[in-house]
Amino acid sequence: MASPGMWLRCFVMLGALLAAPPALAVQPDEILADKALEARARDLSKELRCMVCQNQSIDDSDAPLARDLRLLVRERLKAGDSDSQVLDFLTARYGDFVLLKPRFAWDTAALWLAPAAVLLLGACGLVVLMRRRGGARSDGEPPELSAAERERLAELVEGSRPPTGRPT
Amino acid sequence: MIPEIGHYALVLALGLALVQSVAPLIGARRGDETLMGVAGPTALAQFVFVALAFAALTAAYVGSDFSVANVFENSHSAMPLIYKFTSTWGNHEGSMLLWVLILALFGALVSVFGGNLPATLKANVLAVQSWIAVAFYLFVLLTSNPFLRLPQAPFEGRDLNPILQDLGLAVHPPLLYLGYVGFSISFSFAIAALIEGRIDAAWARWVRPWTLAAWMFLTLGIAMGSYWAYYELGWGGFWFWDPVENASLMPWLAGTALLHSAVVMEKRNALKVWTILLAILAFSLSLVGTFLVRSGVLTSVHTFATDPTRGVFILAILVAFIGGGLALYAWRAPALKQGGLFAPISREGALVFNNLFLTAAATCVFVGTLYPLALEALTAEKISVGAPFFNLTFGPLFVPLLLMAPFGPLMAWKRGDILGAAQRLLAAFGLALVAVAATFAATAGGPVLAPFGIGLAVFAMAGALTDLVERIGLRRAPLATAWSRARGLPRSAFGTTLAHFGVGVSLLGIVCVSTWGSERIVALKPNDAVSIQGYDLTFDGMTTRQGPNYRELIARFTVRRGGAEIGVMEPAKRNFPSRQSSTTEAALLTRGASQLYLSLGDPNPDGSIAVRLYHKPLVLLIWLGAVVMTLGGALSLSDRRLRVGAPRPAKPSKPSMQPAE
Repeated sequence: MASPGMWLRCFVMLGALLAAPPALAVQPDEILADKALEARARDLSKELRCMVCQNQSIDDSDAPLARDLRLLVRERLKAGDSDSQVLDFLTARYGDFVLLKPRFAWDTAALWLAPAAVLLLGACGLVVLMRRRGGARSDGEPPELSAAERERLAELVEGSRPPTGRPT
Repeated sequence: MIPEIGHYALVLALGLALVQSVAPLIGARRGDETLMGVAGPTALAQFVFVALAFAALTAAYVGSDFSVANVFENSHSAMPLIYKFTSTWGNHEGSMLLWVLILALFGALVSVFGGNLPATLKANVLAVQSWIAVAFYLFVLLTSNPFLRLPQAPFEGRDLNPILQDLGLAVHPPLLYLGYVGFSISFSFAIAALIEGRIDAAWARWVRPWTLAAWMFLTLGIAMGSYWAYYELGWGGFWFWDPVENASLMPWLAGTALLHSAVVMEKRNALKVWTILLAILAFSLSLVGTFLVRSGVLTSVHTFATDPTRGVFILAILVAFIGGGLALYAWRAPALKQGGLFAPISREGALVFNNLFLTAAATCVFVGTLYPLALEALTAEKISVGAPFFNLTFGPLFVPLLLMAPFGPLMAWKRGDILGAAQRLLAAFGLALVAVAATFAATAGGPVLAPFGIGLAVFAMAGALTDLVERIGLRRAPLATAWSRARGLPRSAFGTTLAHFGVGVSLLGIVCVSTWGSERIVALKPNDAVSIQGYDLTFDGMTTRQGPNYRELIARFTVRRGGAEIGVMEPAKRNFPSRQSSTTEAALLTRGASQLYLSLGDPNPDGSIAVRLYHKPLVLLIWLGAVVMTLGGALSLSDRRLRVGAPRPAKPSKPSMQPAE
């Protein structure tokens, strides 16, 4: 247990130590008293990009800008904005760049639809391929044996030793 | 002198690679055994010379030779030896040297263990491998030479980026590169097959162990990287959907698809054209990843534009190999004969399903990572694509994948019986339902999706075991019979089970920690207490300590549960004077598979310090799952039928030796 004096000494060193940027995202003093509002603020923060960082949300980022944005989000929420109003407010101010989940628009349509398109095209391609390769034999089923073939098969089965193992 | 030797060795390796990229090819064309035979020894010699170059750079690092620019910029004489060693690849130039070292290693391995390959195939594979090597040796020598000297040797180095001064750097990049670069072998096999115009089941049998080995390293590499980011970055996330992470995830997804389609090709001689394409794509995505990480394009499109030498060079390599590979594919693939018909409901069908969804998932990551770059380059419009996007698009693709995974091994080749498989999966399904119900009951009013996530994970795990249980007849036969049957099963059967089981384990961890993880962000003064999930932490006070090349501020916390002391946590902040930067060292307390995670924040004027405390339920399962997957891969790889260089199975008539997958 540190005595007050020792704590003070530590703190002086601390000041020298921490010239570098702070290393904690959400600060205790930012947290809203209203738990529901705070939870909304956190959820919104995870959707907003810290514009000076590389691919970090403002919820994760230590940058001063991220802190400003977190405070801004909380201010808007306290003023009674809905979630989408907060997002609108921020995009009006900072552009679409601030959203980590881009809005669906003509220029992001390809982004949103690409995985589904691959899935759909792939499935269609497969069906076509199966049909074509299956040919007369629907769904790739082997053709029925002719009467002569069946006879020959019966002969083979009877005439040969018991089969070993299942066929691969 | 030593750096010059290293530099020269690399130039010699380039010379050898040039020979190896032409001579065996001509030999294979003409059927000239002497020319084909060149490839084996040159591949070995290439490896020896690149290893020499790498050793020279390592020597410069370990000996703190600051006359070498690269060492000066990334090392410090006071760094512990292990970090001096690992900082060899903790920078752009050194990491590219590691890249080519591993490339040469794989070439040498094919040369040594490829004895059972047909001579022409081996010659062509090594030639193609050497094309890649030539391109990357040139890249290193022309744009990223690690051996450059400074005109005047400084007394002290600039130190390694503090975040990299961690054991993670010793483990993560080598594993990741072994995976990334390992896919070059699959690529070379694919291109060689296209050149020869002949692809059969034997090709798949040869290419599968290499793909499997690369996949194992990549799985482990990604998992270790994720764990490293988790404990080092200070906010306890395990996956950030960062472009750098996505760069490694894309080849993993393509590689996983390739593993599965190669099985179909080996057993049933089907999906040939698709398997070849996947082999090309998996390595192409590795190249895309290398481009993303190494060109600087991620930091900003603008930094890329101001110093484009490296970026443009890798882009040229990218275009040449991906473009060339796909062009060759478009030209030759239609001529390949298709074989092995199958009904949609069959094991082949299940594997195709797997491939479809994995490809869609890879597309999702690919588009999400590159779309912002492309959009900015084309329209100057800036958008962001981050975690919320990927969670919404990538996540749902994995649900059908995991639901189907247990069905695959239970279905027969050619034509399967999905109802029969479902019947055998009833127990697994029941277990999953119980898990869903229990989770709902335990977390009444909580998130709705999470219990289904748990159910899915349980289904994946139990489903994976079902195949094994069925095959040894555990539920029908006496234990002794089951045991002897289990011993008779090929190891690859256990491999499949383990790998699929591992996916479920990881999912369980991901669902638990994302849903029920809790967090406290508080400012504490000494003797203050904070509790989370039944754990009470008391802040004892702060101390400072001098490390080898940093000063560290340590906060000491005593952890109690129900009054009894269970441990001490000491999160710290380290300050590195040589770089004027600091890192946060989180403290971890492991309880079973769960962890308490504590990281320090800012001191406040009133004498308190901000701390962030997390409870991460079952978080370790995420990485444990990856380890289980890797073990599954290792078991499969050790299977006699797959072992590199092993002779073909002697008698296909023994039922117990039947193909497993």
